[in-house]
This record gives sequence, structure tokens and C-alpha cells, in this order.
Amino acid sequence: MTIAKPNSYRSGPDERGHFGIFGGRFVAETLMPLILDLEKAYTAAKADPAFHVEMNGYLKNYVGRPSPLYFAERLTEHLGGAKIYLKREELNHTGSHKVNNVLGQIMLARRMGKKRIIAETGAGQHGVATATLCARFGLECVVYMGAVDVERQQPNVIRMEMLGATVHPVQSGTRTLKDAMNEALRDWVTNVHNTFYCIGTVAGPHPYPTLVRDFQSIIGNETKAQMQEVEGRLPDSLVACIGGGSNAMGLFHPFLDDPSVEIFGVEAAGHGLTQLHAASIAGGRPGVLHGNRTYLLMDADGQIQDAHSISAGLDYPGIGPEHSWLHDVGRVNYLSATDDEALAAFQLLSKLEGIIPALEPAHAIAKVMELAPKRPKDHLMVVNLSGRGDKDVPQVGDILKGKSK
Amino acid sequence: MTTRIDTRFAELKKQGRSAFVTYVMAGDPDPATSLEIVKALPKAGSDVIELGIPFTDPMADGPSIQAAGLRALKAGMTLKKTLDVVRDFRKDDNATPLVLMGYYNPIYIYGVDKFLADAKSSGVDGLIVVDLPPEEDDELCIPALKAGLNFIRLATPTTDDKRLPAVLTNTSGFVYYVSIAGITGAAAADANVVGEAVARIKRHTGLPICVGFGIRTPEAARAIAEKADGSVVGTALVDALKNSLDAEGRATAKTVNAVAELTAALAQGVRAAKQAAG
Repeated sequence: MTIAKPNSYRSGPDERGHFGIFGGRFVAETLMPLILDLEKAYTAAKADPAFHVEMNGYLKNYVGRPSPLYFAERLTEHLGGAKIYLKREELNHTGSHKVNNVLGQIMLARRMGKKRIIAETGAGQHGVATATLCARFGLECVVYMGAVDVERQQPNVIRMEMLGATVHPVQSGTRTLKDAMNEALRDWVTNVHNTFYCIGTVAGPHPYPTLVRDFQSIIGNETKAQMQEVEGRLPDSLVACIGGGSNAMGLFHPFLDDPSVEIFGVEAAGHGLTQLHAASIAGGRPGVLHGNRTYLLMDADGQIQDAHSISAGLDYPGIGPEHSWLHDVGRVNYLSATDDEALAAFQLLSKLEGIIPALEPAHAIAKVMELAPKRPKDHLMVVNLSGRGDKDVPQVGDILKGKSK
Repeated sequence: MTTRIDTRFAELKKQGRSAFVTYVMAGDPDPATSLEIVKALPKAGSDVIELGIPFTDPMADGPSIQAAGLRALKAGMTLKKTLDVVRDFRKDDNATPLVLMGYYNPIYIYGVDKFLADAKSSGVDGLIVVDLPPEEDDELCIPALKAGLNFIRLATPTTDDKRLPAVLTNTSGFVYYVSIAGITGAAAADANVVGEAVARIKRHTGLPICVGFGIRTPEAARAIAEKADGSVVGTALVDALKNSLDAEGRATAKTVNAVAELTAALAQGVRAAKQAAG
């Protein structure tokens, strides 16, 4: 199927929340009035200079932005090709890019007068960011997390509880991120009168994919300015990992209409694409789940299949709808990295740069290890280092011990 | 277009009685037993059947119906086999309205046009698709109406007077009023509050209003029947079914009767109502 190239890759979605055939508002009637209210509140906030002033203040002094664009000299030497820069989102307060979006949504929730915040989380990074800002603004916080993820991301569970959040381990379905999102939606339907659902990625019903993208676009906007400052030009390529795809969308979106910039999204290939994995674009097809149409892993009957990734943050059978569209129109190349490739990248970056990445961006680093050597030394490659690996240290330690036995 | 749903509600209105609507999950606990249960429902007093399409991720359902869907899927249920259940049911019953209820993805993957043709030819009368609000009417609602199927919409406590017209525009058959903001199987709403809500919706539509969520007992069914054109019971029937299964979740000799007996008791409650709402 050939799809006509749009004049701009940055003009979506349409007024009904569609990116091509993707996106939309596939939710129960109970939620629809609130989703329409949210859209109105967001449109008003965007047009209100006071909203941006307040947000920029917190981004600078609470989150610690801008995050550095760091030249990874030893990784560059080791791979022998492209000049590699790391966008250091792992240095943000709470340890990942998630806080950029949560700050924006919490400020919206405050404008809407909502006192109770719910969130789903996979790796726990979004849950921690949400718990953090709820603590900061004195809001009740309830986080849904798959029971499997509660086990493998204990440090983040403890952090959320210390911050005053209630963490609900979700026992239904596959007990991972997908089921956490189902439970969060069930909570929202039940408590819609006082509750704001703080979605952690560029997915869900319109307007979530758009507003999360907008709040995360600070990553790409800063990168553009920083690269201009150090190299005097645009980067040649961008690489980011994708579960739902918020860190990737935040980096990519400001560059979509710069045709010289090659863009790579990296999905989680788990045990390999012919086995259990979480690569919705590589192994899925368009379907409808969690409020939007997008690429999904499913069987012939439309039943959602189990995803698998070593990384709890990528362990989701879908992807944000704008990514699905960018794939179909051919603007972004979607690759995938296996558990083993991510583990190798995790160790390489730790040893060469003294930076322990989260397992999620380790997937992006894994593809940099393939892409960078094939490119010339004057090629500027930016990788989004979307989170730090502290939360993964116990899990990776166990895996490496098991392997050495 | 007059469907079995329209005919049935017209008959009940003549009798001055509120409808009793029963929900069961297709393929729960297995396709064969499920067909026997569906066949038993009208005999036990069900006026309208809602048949759930199993889905892995039922975001508006509570634990009972989630588990029912997973039992059905484990037993190999699919959307195609769900339509087979309807076709087999229709061999003996050409009067009881049957509505499929579920989520959009299995239908979307089946193919909307093919699904509508197969649903119609199987004897389906209407559709309730939880995750298709009026904002997505182009997807299935409009094609379904063209194919001669009713598209039954949920109205909820959050659907205010401003929004009701949008919700009712392409609705046909009946309106399903979800009496509480919540998931299936949650606590019941107060019958008087429900009565006010039904009256409010009636100011916007001449369609029958059926009320669901939280009705578990004959007494509760009776109280709702006095306020609305129909009451829907799902979770209580699914729970009765589940309690009849063996330790491995398989049907026993008691399973069909367990559902039929509760249906009969609830139907008596509905029939004992003083009068149906006008």
C-alpha cells in the first residue's frame, strides 16, 4: 500500500485525534465527557502564557532542565564510526524523561480541579514521576503496576511508596503494563468525578497522544538548540527506544520536517521476533486497544497477545498511534533489539562511559552499536538516554550471575 | 426497519410489563454448554439476550466478566464461534431478541462489513460495543444501521443533558442506562436515583430505557422494573455459572440449571413489579 506523503509530518492529529487511520477516541461513554473536558482544558492551557511560565519554572528548578547533550567519546571511539551524542534524560529529577510529561499533566489536573491522580506504570519510572509530582503538589496518587513488574522493579515500588503513593499490583491478564492500563481505566471509569488519569506515554484516547508528545517535545527542541551550539548544524540521525514511544516521540517530533535527519525507533524484540517479543510494528498489525487504533500484537481473532521484554517499560503489545502513522508514511525507521542485545549494550555503556542506562534505552544503544560503525566519522548521531539503570541493577545483576554459572 | 427488539418491546408495553434482559458470555465455560445456556434463558423468563463477545482486555468489566471471557477464550471461543452460537440458537427461537455485546477489536479484525453480514444472517438483532462512543460512529454504528442491525448505546451518569442528544442520535432498539459510573459487577445504584435518570433520558427519546450494572437479586430487579422499561442482569448470572463449575473450571451437570434457576427467580422479580415505567 502506498500512502501519499504529507506536506508536513508535524501537523497531526486532525480534530478527531487521527494520525492517518491511527489514533481516535475508543473509550466507554462514561469517560467521553471527561476526555472532551481534558481537550478543552489543554487547548486553553496551551494558549495561556501563565501556564508556560509556571511549567518552565518547574522544568528548570525542579526537574533540572535542560538536560545535557553529552558527546560519548569512548563509545564513539569504540564503535569507530558516527560521532555519538547522548541526550541525558536520565539526569532529570526522578531519573527519566517521564517527569516532563507528568509535570504537564499534573498542572492540567490542577487547572481542572482534580484532586486524585491515577497512573499506570511498567518499569515504574512513570509511576515514580507521578508519585513525585503528586507529593510536590499535595495530590492523592494511585499507581497501577502489573504484579510481574512489581517483582522485577522493586526499587521503584519502594520509591513510589516512600513518596506517599498507593501501588496496586495488578493480578489480571498477563500482569504487566497492558493489564496495569486496563486496571487504571477501570479505576477511572469508577472515579471519573474526581480523578485525573495521568497516562505515561503517547497512547490512549485523543488528546493524550498529542499532549504527551507536546510535553515531551522539549527533548527534541533542546537537542536541536544544543547541537546547533556545539556542532553548528542539525544532527544526521536520531535513535530512541520505543515501548509506547514517548521518549522517542519527544526527541523525534521537532525533527520530522528536517529531511536530512534519519530517524530510528527501536522496539523490544524480546527473545527474538519469531518468539515472544514486544515489537508491535515489526510483529503486529493495526487494531484498537486502550482508546486508540494502532499497531498491536494480536492473534487472528483480534485477541491481544502477550508481549515480552526484559525491560518492563517496553513490555507492551502496542505503540503510540503517531508512531504507527510515521511507520506507514515511511518517515521513521522502526528497528528492534533483543533482550540479549540490550543486556550487552547495558554493560558496554556502563563500562565505556560510566553511565548505567536503564534497560529501555539500552535497546537504543544496542542499535547504535550496529548503526554507528556503518556511518562516517562526521555523522552526528543522537541517542535518547531516556532513563538511568539504578532500578535495573538488581535484575541485571541476577541475570549476569545466572549466565556466569 | 423493525427488528425483533422493537417487536419485543412493543409486546411488553402492551402487557404493561418491564423487560428482563440477561447477559451471559459466549463460550463460557465452553462453546457447547454456552449454547445450552443461551437456549435455556428464554424458557426461564429472559425477554432479551445479551451475548458477550469474549475479549482479552475488557476495560469496562469487573473481575467476574473478565474471568468469564478468559474461560471462554481458553475453551477456544472466537467471534466466529460466537456467531455460530447465535445461528444454532435461532434454529429453535425466532422471537427472542439477541444482542451481541463486547469490544471493538475482535469485530475490527474480523472485518466490519463481513461481520455485519454474518451477524445479520446468524440472527443477531443488535450490537453494544463498549469502546465505540458516538465520536467514532463511522466505524461500526452507521454501517450497522445500514445493515439492519440496532446499535444500542450506553448512557451513563456522566452523560449530561448537553451530551445526551449526541449519544441518542444513532441509537436504536433501546438505550442501555449504566446506573453507576463504574465497571460491571460494581455496587447497585439506588432505584429512586435510577428513576430520575430514566425520566431525564425519556425527555430526549422515545426509545425504551433498560437499566443495568449492580442488579443481583429478584428484589433489586423488581425495584428497577418499576422505574425503567427493562433491567439487565449479567454479573450475577456469570457468578452463578462460575459457582457451578468443577475445580478445573469445567462445566458440570449443574451448570445450565444454575443459570436458568437464577434467571427464573430474577424474572419473577421483574414480573412482580407494580407497573412498568410509561
